[in-house]
Amino acid sequence: MKKLINKPDDVVTEALHGIAAAHPDLVNVQFDPNIIVRADAPVQGKVGLVSGGGSGHEPMHGGFVGMGMLDAACPGEVFTSPTPDQMLDATKAVDGGAGVLHIVKNYTGDVMNFEMAADLGGGEGIEVEAVVIDDDVAVQDSLYTAGRRGVGTTVLAEKICGAAAEEKQSLSQVAELCRKVNANGRSMGMALTSCIVPAAGTPTFDLPDDEMEIGIGIHGEPGRERVKLAPAAEIVERLTTPILEDLPFEEGDNVLAFVNGMGGTPLIELYIAYNDLNRLLGERGITITRNLIGPYITSLEMAGCSITLLKLDDELTRLWDAPVKTAGLRWGA
Amino acid sequence: MSVGYDGVLGWIRRFASEVEANKEYLTQLDAAIGDADHGINMSRGMSAVVAKVDEQSGDQDVGALLKTVGMTLVSTVGGAGGPLYGTLFLRMGTAVTGKSELSPDDWAAALEAGVAGVQDRGKAEPGDKTMIDALIPARDALKQALGGGATFADALGQSAAAAEQGMQDTVPLVARKGRASYLGERSAGHQDPGATSSHLLLEAAAETWGDSPQGSGDHEGGTNG
Repeated sequence: MKKLINKPDDVVTEALHGIAAAHPDLVNVQFDPNIIVRADAPVQGKVGLVSGGGSGHEPMHGGFVGMGMLDAACPGEVFTSPTPDQMLDATKAVDGGAGVLHIVKNYTGDVMNFEMAADLGGGEGIEVEAVVIDDDVAVQDSLYTAGRRGVGTTVLAEKICGAAAEEKQSLSQVAELCRKVNANGRSMGMALTSCIVPAAGTPTFDLPDDEMEIGIGIHGEPGRERVKLAPAAEIVERLTTPILEDLPFEEGDNVLAFVNGMGGTPLIELYIAYNDLNRLLGERGITITRNLIGPYITSLEMAGCSITLLKLDDELTRLWDAPVKTAGLRWGA
Repeated sequence: MSVGYDGVLGWIRRFASEVEANKEYLTQLDAAIGDADHGINMSRGMSAVVAKVDEQSGDQDVGALLKTVGMTLVSTVGGAGGPLYGTLFLRMGTAVTGKSELSPDDWAAALEAGVAGVQDRGKAEPGDKTMIDALIPARDALKQALGGGATFADALGQSAAAAEQGMQDTVPLVARKGRASYLGERSAGHQDPGATSSHLLLEAAAETWGDSPQGSGDHEGGTNG
């Protein structure tokens, strides 16, 4: 294992200390239990937005704490859901009297821990709503499985709902908006390489030089199929076609196109993928009116990308454009 | 025979050392169909549990001890294992609140309550390729053995053997819960890591309590056929 770390067991703690040292103007980092809280929390009269999940997806979620996005993030161990006491502390820290929204990615552990946090927090007198993001079209949705995973749309939901909360929209409005973003966003990802969980020390799966995994999640879990490596244009088409068919996205739609790097793929390649995506959508009469390109929801050092499309209307576009000031996303402020 | 507070403590410690000894194995099983952290997470949780129960002395309430184990797991393990094992121990503790020792029937009641808790939390059914596939056969074998007049040691041995069989039976299953379910058919052919750690839990009980002087001593090997 070659990593820029000191000790495998200290990866999350030391990274949190780094975030605290780098961004004191934006966030407060608290330890035991670990939470990253907006520096000026709680903001009175504003719905508090809390998200969380395993670490290893940086900048998500801690890098999205700040004005116009999240009020707190609960970082778990690498690829491991955080615990209910983190979520409970985060909820209390950001409650400004208007309630708290939990944005939960649909993974068994995340959902169960957030549920336990809600059970434990029932007596705290804080109004809490939870919205589960499940946008990954690679997973067959079924009553008999864990359902679709929450991936790229999570980033977009956190930005858009953060803007709505900043406008002092109510808890039920922000929660409804979050469900709307989830309903209109679809994603799919692929891996060129595996990744190494620091505490494990070896790659989570083996991937020969001439193969790739299609339909991966963000935790090094293998995808649904392994196929021969192909040019970027083919990969983009393989990811985009199921996304377009699923919602479906149709001629005349305006979309936000999010080309996400999994951590080990350089921007130059993500722009190649964006070029292919732009052409493919153009051929179908779908217009990209907003875009986001870069590593925002990563899987450690995994090489690969995911594509997320979000169908935009005037409301979502306006909230996407609203000012945001976080370590990971910043404009207009 | 009954198991006293120290006996329960001995079981917890034995499970912790079994988890530690099998940390890499559990993680490897998880890497094949999950996210390569089950051994790491359970090891972190059980280390915290051992430290916690060491500082909790004087109180001889087995129920309180099991609840402490559960809360510690909930707040240190994370993932799916934290809520599931946490709930297992919390419900076990609730079932035997105030008791300073566990009779065989107490243990059967605790296991039954714990398994029900895991099902409430995780919504898994037998055959979904989860820890339930080891826990339910273990619960049923224990009840059946005790009902048939077996010694506690024999009943524990049969319970552990049933957990082992259940664990092995997860190999051909297609996962319907947890991250392994994302793999669909590709999850078949691998043993479920949660069922594996659940087997360790029941095996630790059989080995710790079956070894007591009151037990028959015929708990291991013989019952595994």
